[in-house]
Amino acid sequence: MTNPAVLSVEDLKTYFYLENSNIAKAVDRVNFSIHPGETVALVGESGSGKSITSLSIMQLIDKPGKIVNGSIQLEGRELVQLSNRKMTKIRGKEVGMIFQEPMTALNPVYTIGNQIIEVLRKHKKISKKDARKQAIELLKTVGFPRAEATMKEYPHQLSGGMRQRVMIAIAISCEPKLLIADEPTTALDVTIQAQILDLINEMKKKFNMAVLLITHDLGVVAEYADRVLVMYGGQIVEQGTKRQLFKSAKHPYTNGLLESLPSLDQSSDRLGTIKGTVPAADNFPEGCRFSTRCPHVMEKCIKTNPDILSDDSGHGVRCFLYEEEEK
Amino acid sequence: MQPSPQGATEIDPVSPQPPLDQNARSSNSKSPFQLALRRFLNNKLAVLGIVVLLTIILASIFAPLLTDLDPTKSDLMKIENGPSSEHILGTDGSGRDNFARLLYGSRISLIVGFSAMLFTLIIGVTLGSISGYYGGKVDSLIMRFTDLVLALPFLVLALTIIALVPTITTALFVCIIALTIWPNLTRIIRGTFLSLREQEFVLGARAIGASDFRIIFRHFIPNAIGPIIVNATLMMAQMIIIESGLSFIGMGIPQPTPTWGNMLSEAQNIRILRNHPEAWIPPGLGIFLTVLSINFIGDGLRDAFDPKSNKR
Repeated sequence: MTNPAVLSVEDLKTYFYLENSNIAKAVDRVNFSIHPGETVALVGESGSGKSITSLSIMQLIDKPGKIVNGSIQLEGRELVQLSNRKMTKIRGKEVGMIFQEPMTALNPVYTIGNQIIEVLRKHKKISKKDARKQAIELLKTVGFPRAEATMKEYPHQLSGGMRQRVMIAIAISCEPKLLIADEPTTALDVTIQAQILDLINEMKKKFNMAVLLITHDLGVVAEYADRVLVMYGGQIVEQGTKRQLFKSAKHPYTNGLLESLPSLDQSSDRLGTIKGTVPAADNFPEGCRFSTRCPHVMEKCIKTNPDILSDDSGHGVRCFLYEEEEK
Repeated sequence: MQPSPQGATEIDPVSPQPPLDQNARSSNSKSPFQLALRRFLNNKLAVLGIVVLLTIILASIFAPLLTDLDPTKSDLMKIENGPSSEHILGTDGSGRDNFARLLYGSRISLIVGFSAMLFTLIIGVTLGSISGYYGGKVDSLIMRFTDLVLALPFLVLALTIIALVPTITTALFVCIIALTIWPNLTRIIRGTFLSLREQEFVLGARAIGASDFRIIFRHFIPNAIGPIIVNATLMMAQMIIIESGLSFIGMGIPQPTPTWGNMLSEAQNIRILRNHPEAWIPPGLGIFLTVLSINFIGDGLRDAFDPKSNKR
C-alpha cells in the first residue's frame, strides 16, 4: 500500500432534510480509502447508507439530500466543492459506475452502440468512426462474440446479464481510475452473477482500477473483495481485510451477519438472526446505532456512540466491547 | 441498406455465408419508433385518416390548379347564385365563388391548426421540460403560472384580445390560440418527465457525465415523444375547431380572406341555410372530415406508442 490512494473519503456526512424537518443522517462520519488494483467491499443491510455513499462520491445527491461535511478526494482532487460542470467531466471518465438494475439502467430508445459511442465521444475527442471501432472492441472485451450485430440492437433485445455486460462496457469505456459497482449482481441469476463478477475482476486487473463493490451478499465479498467495510446505520462499524473479517469478526453486528449465513459444515435447523430492524435514518438511537439490537448492549452504549478503534493491522471496530483491550 | 456489390458475391461460390446471416439478424432490430410505425400502419382507421388528411392537404396546396377563380374577388352581378357550370358550388353573399373559397379556405384552417400546434409545442415542451426535470421551486413557479392561465376563461380572453386589436392577421390569431392553450400540453409533458426522472437510466446518464441539457434532449424527449406527438395531433384538431368557431361568430380572420368558418357564417342567414345547402355543407364537411381524420390519426398514434391501451 505504498502507492497513494485513488479515492479517499474523510469524515463524509450526507444528510437528508425531510419534510417533517427531521434530519436523516444517511451517511455519518464515514472514512475510507481505496488503492489502485484493490477491491473494497461495502457491506450492509438495506438502508445502511451504502448506495448513498456511492452517490456521494459521484456527487449525485439530489435534494433534499446534501453533503454536509467531509472531503472526497479522487487522486488528490477534492470533489465535494467541485462545480456540476467540472463534475460532468469526471463522471464516466475517471469514475465509472455500474447499477443494480440492468433492466432499466439503459435508455430504451437508443441502440447499444449509440449508448457506448455517446460516452466515448463525450469524454474523448474522437471521430464517430473511431468511437464506433472502440465501442465494438469494448463489447468484445466484455464478452459479446458478435459485437457488430449487438451494436445495432436495443436494450429490450438483450437479457439481464448481457445488459449488465453492456453497463460494464460503458463504465470502463474511458478507463476510469475508480469503478463503483452498486450491487451489480443483485438482479441477476446466480449463474450469471459469477460471470459478471469475474468480468469486473478481469477488467480491474486489465486497467489497474480501484473497485468499490457495494453488496449485501457476503458470499460475493468472500470471493472478490480484498478489504471489507461493514456499514450499519450510516456508519462504518467494522473494517479490515477479508481474512480479518471472516476469521475474527469483532463487532456484534458483523458476527450477526456471519451467523445468518448457511454453512455446509454444521447443520442447524435455523439460521441465526439479528433481532429487530434497522432504525429509520431520521430516528437513530442517541448512542451506538446498533444498541437497539445488540445482544451485548451495555449502559454506556445507549448514551454514547463509540469511535472506531483500529489495531496495528488496520482492523477497526466501532464497539465499546473492545475499548478496554486497546488501552 | 446493403451495398450493391452483394449481388456480385452471390455468384461467387467461395463467398462465406456467416456475414449475410449476421446482417439479416441486425436488420431485425427495430427501434421503438419503427415498431410504433408498424403498429400505426396496421390500424385501418388511422391509415384512412392519413389518406383523407393528405387529400385535403394536397387540395389546399394545389388549389390554383383546381380552380381559376379568385376566392376574394366579388362579382356583384352574381350574388347568392346556385350551382352552375362556372361556379360549381354557386356564389356567396358578395358574389365570390364558393368552390374557390372552399379550396383556399382549407389553407387557413390547416395553417392555423398546424402553426398554433407548433407554437404550443414549443412553449409546452420548453416549460414542461424545465418544470418536470428540475422540480422544486422552478416547478412550483411554472405550475402556478399554468394554473393561472388555465383559470382564465379561454373564450372571454380570446374575444377580448380580438376585440382590442384593430386588424387580425393569421399570425396574430395563431398566437392568441397558442398562448391560451399551452398549459394543457405543459402539464402533460411535465407529468411524463416526472415519471421519467425516476428511471434508472437517467441516473446512469448522469453517472457517465451527461449535462442537464443533454439529458433533457437526448434522453427525456425521445422517451416522451409518444405522448408529445399524440397530444400535439389531437391539439391540432382542437385548434381547427377553435379557428372555425371564432370565424363563425365573426371574431376570426376577417373577410374577404376565405376560411371555412367564414363560409359557415353565411349560413347564419336563414335564407341561405334553407335555399343554398351547397354553400354551407361543403365547408362544414371540410371541417368535419379534417378534424375527424386528425383525431383518427391521433388515436392511431396513441395506440401505436402505447400498445397496452389497445387491449379491449
